Amino acid sequence: MSFFSFGQSAEIDVVLNDAETRKRVEHKTEDGKKDKYYLFYDGETVSGKVNVTLKNPGKRLEHQGIKIEFIGQIELYYDRGNHHEFVSLVKDLARPGEMTQSQTFDFEFTHVEKPYESYTGQNVKLRYFLRATISRRLNDIAKEMDIVVHTLSTYPEMNSSIKMEVGIEDCLHIEFEYNKSKYHLKDVIVGKIYFLLVRIKIKHMEIDIIKRETTGTGPNVFHENDTIAKYEIMDGAPVRGESIPIRLFLAGYELTPTMRDINKKFSVRYYLNLVLIDEEERRYFKQQEITLWRKGDIVRKSMSHQAAIASQRYEGSANTGNKPSVQNQDEDN
Amino acid sequence: PPPPPRKMAEALGVADTRRLHSKPQDLNDAYGPPSNFLEIDIFNPQTVGVGRSKYTTYEVRMRTNLPIFKMKDSCVRRRYSDFEWLKSELERDSKIVVPPLPGKALKRQLPFRMDEGIFEESFIEERRVGLEQFINKIAGHPLAQNERCLHMFLQEESIDRNYVPGKVRQ
Repeated sequence: MSFFSFGQSAEIDVVLNDAETRKRVEHKTEDGKKDKYYLFYDGETVSGKVNVTLKNPGKRLEHQGIKIEFIGQIELYYDRGNHHEFVSLVKDLARPGEMTQSQTFDFEFTHVEKPYESYTGQNVKLRYFLRATISRRLNDIAKEMDIVVHTLSTYPEMNSSIKMEVGIEDCLHIEFEYNKSKYHLKDVIVGKIYFLLVRIKIKHMEIDIIKRETTGTGPNVFHENDTIAKYEIMDGAPVRGESIPIRLFLAGYELTPTMRDINKKFSVRYYLNLVLIDEEERRYFKQQEITLWRKGDIVRKSMSHQAAIASQRYEGSANTGNKPSVQNQDEDN
Repeated sequence: PPPPPRKMAEALGVADTRRLHSKPQDLNDAYGPPSNFLEIDIFNPQTVGVGRSKYTTYEVRMRTNLPIFKMKDSCVRRRYSDFEWLKSELERDSKIVVPPLPGKALKRQLPFRMDEGIFEESFIEERRVGLEQFINKIAGHPLAQNERCLHMFLQEESIDRNYVPGKVRQ
């Protein structure tokens, strides 16, 4: 922050070297708004320029040193004073002295480790940012630039389906099945609910996606539950032997990857909540955790390859059409 | 040739959204009577007695195919205070949230009214509707179905207020 003073002041501007080519993504801010930020992955180099512009040309700017930092930190809203920094890198740009004219400084943080994904939640925030600082005797001049980090995974080796029989003795028995236990953010939940015994009068059934953000440790653990989605899968009363299909497209919802015990500070987990409602508005439910992960870039091969798969489902035979080959880069935000 | 397995579709970046396999439904299950049949009607109000000991009773008829009820078709006579008894038993013994009963109408029991008070036809009908909603809501609750008091209320000739409260299912 620069204060209005009779002395010299300066404006700091941080610009990335690959600002033209680097992708920007939307990320929610603490007050719920969405802004765009440059997207980085673990291991990528962060390089750019710090432009220091003197406000009053001709006057000198005395300073105690100019530096730039790359910081990754976790901020718990109920404990704002304490920022937990898990990444802290610094580059000195200028030794203490004075500036007589505006100047530009180059910087490079090589192959920076960014172990966690950026997250803005209800009670906690994990962010990465560059901070350029001109140290001065009375007040520093600083400029921060937030970036967003995504953590990528690949298709898990083991991805068993979830299949379980649950119920209330003599009243309601169902068998639910979800095709996987781990889903990527643009995946589809394919499942079914099979009714084994129905002695209550069911009115409808829905499946909810619940996000649970857990902060704190030991006796001070706090869970914040948020229903991200409610998706009705059945309207009306089923009887024994009925099988209700589930097809829930995750791309339509605001989801993050599952985060477990990040830096021992917080977790973000997701649950599918199957809810049956009877004619008297009584609710019967079964919650099941799923793991969400973020898929990396895919380069699609020819479109005819996709058409071949699609036609195989219907006709059971390969059928290559005369479609032009298209190269597509698909980034999943 | 058999359809491609799901994993292959996944490796090529295409989500497989085909339905999961299910057993075909037995036609008797599909078209037979549902296993959740439960209907309770409250009707035929009758006012008995004279003077201070006058009161109204209602017929409570239950038809069901739920195995937990001993009788599939039962008919008993109950008065308002019997419903109050059932409500307090359930509030004490079961974990359910018991729905409200239609009002006690104490005002209607005061003297010097212009109408018949609690024996007014429109009032009896209003009460009948409320009692019917009340009993249907409770009888369908899986936890209430465990309580002896509910079974005694619905299917025994008279209510024994000295009964031993307890659960029906083990």
